[in-house]
Amino acid sequence: MSMKKVSSSVIRLAHGAGGVLQEELINFITRNITYKRVNKGIGVEELDDGATIPLEDYDQEIVVTADGHTVYPIFFPGGNLGILSVCGAVNDLIMMGAQPLAITSIIIIEEGFSFDSLEKIVNSFNFKAKEANIAIIAGDTKIMPRGTLNEIIMATTGIGLKDKNIKVLDSNCQVGDKIIITGSIADHGTALIGSREGLNIASDLTSDVNILTDIYEVLKPELAENIIHAMKDPTRGGIAGALNNWATKSNVSIQLIEELIPIKKQVNAICEMLGLDPFMIASEGRALMSVNPKNAKDVLQKIHSTEIGKNAEIIGEVKKDNPRKVLLKTLVGGTRFVDMPLGEPIPRIC
Amino acid sequence: MEIPGTQHLRNKDFTDKVIKAITKLTREINRKIKLMHVCGTHEHTISKYGLRSLLPKEIEILSGPGCPVCVCPAADIDKAIELGKRKDTIITTFGDMIRVPASNLSLAELKAKGGDIRIVYSPHDAINIAKENPEKEVIFFAIGFETTVPTIGYEIMSGPPSNFSVICAHKLIPAALELLISQSQLRIDGFISPGHVSTIIGLKPFKIFSDAYRVPNVIAGFEPNDVLLGILMLVKQIKEKKYETLNEYTRVVKPEGNIKAQEIISEVFDSVSSPWRGIGRVLDGGLSIKDEYKEFDADKKFNIQIKKSQDIPPGCSCHLVMVGKLYPYECKLFREKCTPLNPIGPCMVSMEGTCSIYYKYHE
Repeated sequence: MSMKKVSSSVIRLAHGAGGVLQEELINFITRNITYKRVNKGIGVEELDDGATIPLEDYDQEIVVTADGHTVYPIFFPGGNLGILSVCGAVNDLIMMGAQPLAITSIIIIEEGFSFDSLEKIVNSFNFKAKEANIAIIAGDTKIMPRGTLNEIIMATTGIGLKDKNIKVLDSNCQVGDKIIITGSIADHGTALIGSREGLNIASDLTSDVNILTDIYEVLKPELAENIIHAMKDPTRGGIAGALNNWATKSNVSIQLIEELIPIKKQVNAICEMLGLDPFMIASEGRALMSVNPKNAKDVLQKIHSTEIGKNAEIIGEVKKDNPRKVLLKTLVGGTRFVDMPLGEPIPRIC
Repeated sequence: MEIPGTQHLRNKDFTDKVIKAITKLTREINRKIKLMHVCGTHEHTISKYGLRSLLPKEIEILSGPGCPVCVCPAADIDKAIELGKRKDTIITTFGDMIRVPASNLSLAELKAKGGDIRIVYSPHDAINIAKENPEKEVIFFAIGFETTVPTIGYEIMSGPPSNFSVICAHKLIPAALELLISQSQLRIDGFISPGHVSTIIGLKPFKIFSDAYRVPNVIAGFEPNDVLLGILMLVKQIKEKKYETLNEYTRVVKPEGNIKAQEIISEVFDSVSSPWRGIGRVLDGGLSIKDEYKEFDADKKFNIQIKKSQDIPPGCSCHLVMVGKLYPYECKLFREKCTPLNPIGPCMVSMEGTCSIYYKYHE
């Protein structure tokens, strides 16, 4: 295998952190897949939240997403691995404009893992699936010898349906669109960092992990009319990763206004203490939307009517100049670029 | 979490007022003004808040050698890597020190190949690791300026476990500044001096620049309006042709500094002539552990010799960027061959490095 295609000879942690290195890894894995799509559906090379399988004689198409879930610690403030797994799958479907129908579940467990913890995780998984109104239709389990896996990992496939004419894609942001975020940013990643061993940062911050079903339900008409051009949940890589993705794939620039971006005090405090950039930190229950400017206020109002979306804000807009870039008007009025995250966020030194 | 009375430090109306005052004075001075800061965190604030885009274009802000990761010589990293290859050894260090390429490898690459390399948040974490792993040697790769020195000195003084030792790669800021200022071709009109370092050492070590070299000097904090106020205080001195060392960061920096911390530094360390990556040997530019504490000095404990190391790879301009002679985008490798993903020089690796900050925040 040629080594020149990648930046190092071994896989590093940063290859999974939603940044430039992760793109490199995905390209490495997918570069010699022969069939990358079904008919004219969305396939793997789009690198979107999911894929579509068009059904020739129907107005609807099947949407499929795949997601692996690992988290440390597996029980974290505001959630656990089971909840995270359902939310990941359901939200990816919604981000494609699809009605979630079902998920499959694979659980790989390390020898010695307690039934007690497993019960909590699968209960959470099953109850959250019920809340999302989706069936769990198939699954598989594997046990790995002690020491070959850290506790437990899960993998899900999400299956949904959407009208063929709904086009919610990373590549579909249009000049003039308003950018909406459905709630405060970076809660999940910051809560996890704050709760990890050795940091001892006491705070009441909890993860935002949640299904976005309520927001999907109120926005069905806007989705059907293609008023919402793109949706993405800013997980790994945070809003910096998600918005750079849009700017690149849509060949536009996205201009944000810092003072409009909702961010909790605790998140700011922990990030400043550790020298981390909240724009690059994951949420697990938020969505970014690129919305037709004429309807942006109505869309925002509808999102505000839901419990999970009550802190939604319009945080910027899509522009033509500086294509493929994300710009930020800072709190004090300066302008800067917001870059694609590189890898795992590392605290600054002094 | 906010310190009372600091609300204006990120307040846009306040920013507008300060910018207005700076612009007015700059017009009156009516020439180019070259200011230099020497702190990665100042560059971080300037870039993060886009301050350069607010200042009149006559004001140029250069970044000096203020990134502790960037100025750490490759030989010291090579030393940590050699020690990290030994069996039953854990190397601990701060943040992105592990990503810096040395002569062959970086600590991150050694980690991916199986080396036990751990990022810690304070030297005390390293002590705890040493206590938890009595059968292993735990080595703390100590970098940073005066800011990080006292906590490490304190651990060494407090009787750490015998399996703990330190690679001492600490650097001292004022000596390096003096070297820079004596290079006349730079012609700096004013220094934005580092608030964190001054918190420890106080104002006195900086006075030489205003008193002997007649360069205005302001110690500034790290909020956007701190930095802008610092710039205003410099521009005002330039206008009035004054040369003083002033303190903008009064809520933290005492004129005498932190005496306790200074005592710890002089108890445990000697100042020595020391190599800075990209700058060369700086008289009194670094620290070494005193003989009384030599059992905790990894250099003496393991006696690792690094024969030849490469600080600046071919084509790289980090040595010029670090002293403000070149902007990152003037380097041929910048953004083309040298990116944060594939850093060639040290300034592209560290988040506090000028090249990395320019890559992230500037076009």
